[in-house]
Amino acid sequence: MAGGELKLLGTWASPFAMRVKLALNFKGLSYDNIEEDLRNKSDLLISSNPVHKKVPVLIHNGKPICESRIIVEYIDEAFVGTGPSLLPADLYERAIARFWAAYIDNKLLASWFQTFTGKTEEEKAEAVKQTLAAAEHMEAAFKECSKGKPFFGGNSVGYVDVTLGSLVALVRTSETYDFKPFDATRSPLLNAWLERFAALDAVKTVVPDTDRLVDYAKTRLAEAAAAVSNN
Amino acid sequence: MSATVKLIGFFDSPFAHRAEVALRLKGVPYELILEEDLHNKSELLLKSNPIHKKVPVLLHGDRTICESLVILEYVDEAFDGPPLLPVDPYGRAMARFWARFLDDKCSKPFWLSLWTEGEAQKGFVKEIKENLKLLEGQLVKGRKRFFGGDAVGYLDVASCGFAHWLPVFEEVAGVRLVTEEEYPDLCRWAKEYASDETVKQCLPDRAELLAHFTARKDFFVATAKAIMAPN
Repeated sequence: MAGGELKLLGTWASPFAMRVKLALNFKGLSYDNIEEDLRNKSDLLISSNPVHKKVPVLIHNGKPICESRIIVEYIDEAFVGTGPSLLPADLYERAIARFWAAYIDNKLLASWFQTFTGKTEEEKAEAVKQTLAAAEHMEAAFKECSKGKPFFGGNSVGYVDVTLGSLVALVRTSETYDFKPFDATRSPLLNAWLERFAALDAVKTVVPDTDRLVDYAKTRLAEAAAAVSNN
Repeated sequence: MSATVKLIGFFDSPFAHRAEVALRLKGVPYELILEEDLHNKSELLLKSNPIHKKVPVLLHGDRTICESLVILEYVDEAFDGPPLLPVDPYGRAMARFWARFLDDKCSKPFWLSLWTEGEAQKGFVKEIKENLKLLEGQLVKGRKRFFGGDAVGYLDVASCGFAHWLPVFEEVAGVRLVTEEEYPDLCRWAKEYASDETVKQCLPDRAELLAHFTARKDFFVATAKAIMAPN
């Protein structure tokens, strides 16, 4: 069902909202970008995502869709004639893409966030170890999915590119903390892919500014630490 | 594609059941390969799912698909027969959202509500009960026989754990989470699901499950302690 009104509730910093912006950009779809203040969530956000109360939420013709990967699949299916397809046409490749997209969130990102939020040095060290192990799997995944071509999706950007590529700002922020999960020695293919991905116009227009993100991350971490010590 | 279909599973796993019932609902002949002991995994399982080392794994010709929800979508797309997911993009997004909700938001509090004690347990019980209420809401106050409408669909299959396994775990743990009074629609749905002609062919025997889980109660309590331990 093409056409209709598209509204995106997101934030400038959220890599999850960035996935949706990337998908919309790659498909050439215009949308109304609504910046949420997560400390003062709008009525629209809360009523559109009552279960999680999180961004991103895509509202298409008044109907809300939540959870970034689900939104990206929705965009691909609802706008099947518009722009390139993000999910592979081959159904086995589609299953592989879904597998890796889930892995990115459930394993890679989960441990990556723990490197910031871990409560003890041991926890953080363990999280670093697990993130590097996950990055190793993603390196192999890139080889498997790309088959020698520039992107996970082959010659053009696909679902896994959008899912992982939205972390480009996180990668740059992590580098300021001396943590580089996709470095050139350990993950040469991913390192090259990330450069390539970040250079795309559709990505440049939505990627958050690194300095702004580093400041934001510092503030959030300080707030979290203060909250813990006040309990 | 008329290549052989094999499914690696384990008798007590609701995740393996998801995959098996999907094949049966589509009328796909398959060979079931049962792991004997998940503490001593077979070569075939370790080779087929090196990343997660878990059941279920679907082997379709030379294709290997892991992760139960990924398998569900693959089976839906690869084989003829009644659709498991809704046909319209919005319906698909909703079904995916709730299945993800189950795995991401319900599994952990469910598990911990069974095997922890005291204040912590009270918290998890509250959380899982709230989440199950949200899931029940998708049955639209009894107006839908199944989450999928008139027939068993993707979300019914994804929710199988709460239909057949939950009451067994409640019995082993001595914890009551779901009563007919509090969850009339969910209980009615659970009965409908478990008595469906196709579903019941691959549901594990309740008495066997009970004996198996009772024998493992100490291990389950230990897993709960391990999850709680980092703090």
